[in-house]
Amino acid sequence: MNAARKLACVVLLAVCAVSLAADWLAPSGYAKQFREVPSSPPSRQHLLGTDEIGRDRFARVLYGTRISLVLAPAAALVSTLLAALVGGLAGYLGGIWLRIATSFTDLFLSLPWLFLLIAVRALLPLNVSPLSSVLITFFILGLLGWAASARVLSASADSLRNSDFVLQAQASGLHGPRLFFVHVLPNLKPILYAQFWISIPVFILSEANLGILGLGVAEPLPSWGSLLRELEGLVSFREEPWRLVPLVLLIVVLTSFQLVLSNNEEVTA
Amino acid sequence: MNGRRAFSELVPAKDSYTRVILSGAATSRSEVAAESKDPYFTRNASKDSPVPRGFLLLLLCLALLAAAAYAQGGGELRFCLRNEPKTFDPLLVDDDSSLSIRYLTGGVLVRANRKTQQLEPELAESWRLSKDGKQITFKLRHGVLFSDGTPFSADDVAYTMQRLMDPNLHSSTGDAFRSGTGAVTTLKLGPDQITVIFPAPIVELDALFDQVAIMSAHSPKKEGAVLGPFLVAEYKAGSSVLLKRNPNYWKKDAHGHRLPYLDSIHLDIQPNRDVEMLRFKRGELDLINVLDSDYFDKLASTSPQLVHDAGASLDADFLWFNQVASAPIPPYKRAWFRSTNFRRAVSEAINRADLSRIVYNGHAQPAVGPVSPANKFWFNSRLHPEAHNPDAALKRLQADGFHLQDGTLKDKDGNAVEFSIVTNASSKPRERMAVLMQEDLGKIGIKVNVVTLDFPSLLERISQKFNYEAAILGFRNVDLDPSGQMNIWLSSAENHAWNPQQKSPETAWEAEIDKLMRAQASASDPKKRKQSFDRVQEIVYEQAPFIYLVNQDALSAVSTSVEGANPVILHPQTFWNAERLTLNANTRASR
Repeated sequence: MNAARKLACVVLLAVCAVSLAADWLAPSGYAKQFREVPSSPPSRQHLLGTDEIGRDRFARVLYGTRISLVLAPAAALVSTLLAALVGGLAGYLGGIWLRIATSFTDLFLSLPWLFLLIAVRALLPLNVSPLSSVLITFFILGLLGWAASARVLSASADSLRNSDFVLQAQASGLHGPRLFFVHVLPNLKPILYAQFWISIPVFILSEANLGILGLGVAEPLPSWGSLLRELEGLVSFREEPWRLVPLVLLIVVLTSFQLVLSNNEEVTA
Repeated sequence: MNGRRAFSELVPAKDSYTRVILSGAATSRSEVAAESKDPYFTRNASKDSPVPRGFLLLLLCLALLAAAAYAQGGGELRFCLRNEPKTFDPLLVDDDSSLSIRYLTGGVLVRANRKTQQLEPELAESWRLSKDGKQITFKLRHGVLFSDGTPFSADDVAYTMQRLMDPNLHSSTGDAFRSGTGAVTTLKLGPDQITVIFPAPIVELDALFDQVAIMSAHSPKKEGAVLGPFLVAEYKAGSSVLLKRNPNYWKKDAHGHRLPYLDSIHLDIQPNRDVEMLRFKRGELDLINVLDSDYFDKLASTSPQLVHDAGASLDADFLWFNQVASAPIPPYKRAWFRSTNFRRAVSEAINRADLSRIVYNGHAQPAVGPVSPANKFWFNSRLHPEAHNPDAALKRLQADGFHLQDGTLKDKDGNAVEFSIVTNASSKPRERMAVLMQEDLGKIGIKVNVVTLDFPSLLERISQKFNYEAAILGFRNVDLDPSGQMNIWLSSAENHAWNPQQKSPETAWEAEIDKLMRAQASASDPKKRKQSFDRVQEIVYEQAPFIYLVNQDALSAVSTSVEGANPVILHPQTFWNAERLTLNANTRASR
């Protein structure tokens, strides 16, 4: 493990730890409106100032980080499982199943995902609590984000199907699900892990994209997307630099993920 | 823009353009005049100076010419359109950008002065309305030419009206003139006189002509031939529109100088407000016609001389509940939404002062009803914004069987009061208002879920599927006269948002509104019309089908390079007097 990767891991752990400690570090909460001091600069009471409607920005950054860092891996898990199911099985079965799965994956990849997300979101029931909305948002991200991973997994499973050890297992009389779960799936694990980790920053960015458009997590819950939306009217970096904290945090976290993943990929290769 | 009587209640301020001329032309003019009358100057010139008198006279003439040139102004005004103009055909205008271009290029018979809100003669020297309100006779200005040199006559007015009222054209401008069944006819009384005859009376008929840009009946250039101060010289799709001075524009200033002063107007198509602000700050743009409150304050903090708050505009944001009988919402919720006490209680629980102060940084006023206080004549001054009073709200709710239980409001059947408010994701102010109301209503035990949707999805829900519970939106009012609101208040109307297209009014108060709106539309006596519409405002206040939140202020920014700007609340706020705007000498030189 090189120094950069170590540092990245430390940063990620630190960010996770601080966000999980939000209840203690920011006791005012993310939703409380200090209406007398909207858009205020940093102070002892509000370390990063307040947002446009007087909510403590520090608290919102911590809770937003928690939401993004907890739910993006959850969405990544959903998408990786789906990818394993579709891609892994298609690759293992081969033949017409592989061709159908590949065509379906290509079709899914060709869809403009952002518009798809917006369309699916618009169809959801309106009267859901903010917590449910955040779960739904990330679940949708997970459901719609499986295609790229599925393509990689189907190719790997296809190559495994013709490998010597699988042929030997088949010759020994092992068939069906047992062959898949005992011999094929364990050998797909490194790829599944890699796809899982690769998906996390993708889902963080996807939620941020939706949030910037105002279509992410429902108010008053914060997320990095809704926090980044605050930067909309910022004309100069020197003007209220404390508002850039969510952006800096997003860059730091994504870069850390990238550093950790690049090492993972080397190991996988 | 209607409501001639309404306009008259405003105190006419001294015309801005008078000041432009005084500050632009007169500086050099008065200096020259003073010099020429100075006996010392004359004596020196005639006796002691070695320079011949003829040469001095020549210098004097040159100075006068220079002064005249200065008075003419010149230069290029630059600002942004937020969207691509959908059309250059003045009769098909239906969007803000096209509206701005029509205002700058179109010649109209009658113009509502955006500052005084009074009608003024333009291409018509005078006009006369018949007593029955069905006919209007215009006496046209003589010797006026279109921008391509084609003479203007009664033929052009007849052609424009014929085209405007063509049902195949689907002109929204023409819709305002449709009354009763039968065709609109024109009767030419001479080359400079024409009568337009309508099948049924139209209220404030003359004011409607403010929106009708006259087109040439004979010019091969069609809509390219204009009678306004500017003409469209170049259009780059997605990029810009260049307007140049109409060389044949008929209007002259008080000193006989032909208007407009500007050589051209460069309109960049720029939907991004951040970019617009950045370019304005760099001096690349001369004005921002409509400014958000955030940008207004930022600019005001560094350059207070550039920003203008013209006061409450005609626009309002409001909340309403879905009362459609066939809407896919639980029956007990529909019962809440149909309860006057419930709606009034929600209205009382909302802190409008906070909405104005926090969401619009103080650049908005708590709203009362469908008419902004800026609309002096039609506003019912007996009404005041609903006071923020959570206790009174709870009392009202108790009258309907609601009760608080562990901090949660429950109805008489024990259902917890919870509903969602939808609004468009592209509007940060509306989203912020929803979040503030979420907390306000939480204080009386109501749980609110805020949902932001993309605008097409939102429109589909509120106008087709009726699959929503409450919504926040706003109407942009460009019309001072309440007749323009018929499509909202009639129970059969499509924009009767809380329960549209009713076959017959479902409530007694909606039936009364229908009756009053029809009465004001058919009456010719402004006092009677006002009485009817005052009562409509009172019913809307009492029943709260729309819970009015705030009237935003008309905010704009104008560079110091522009002389003569006098922003107002009516569209087009900053360039309503474009023909009399000038750029200062430094700006002209730098361009």
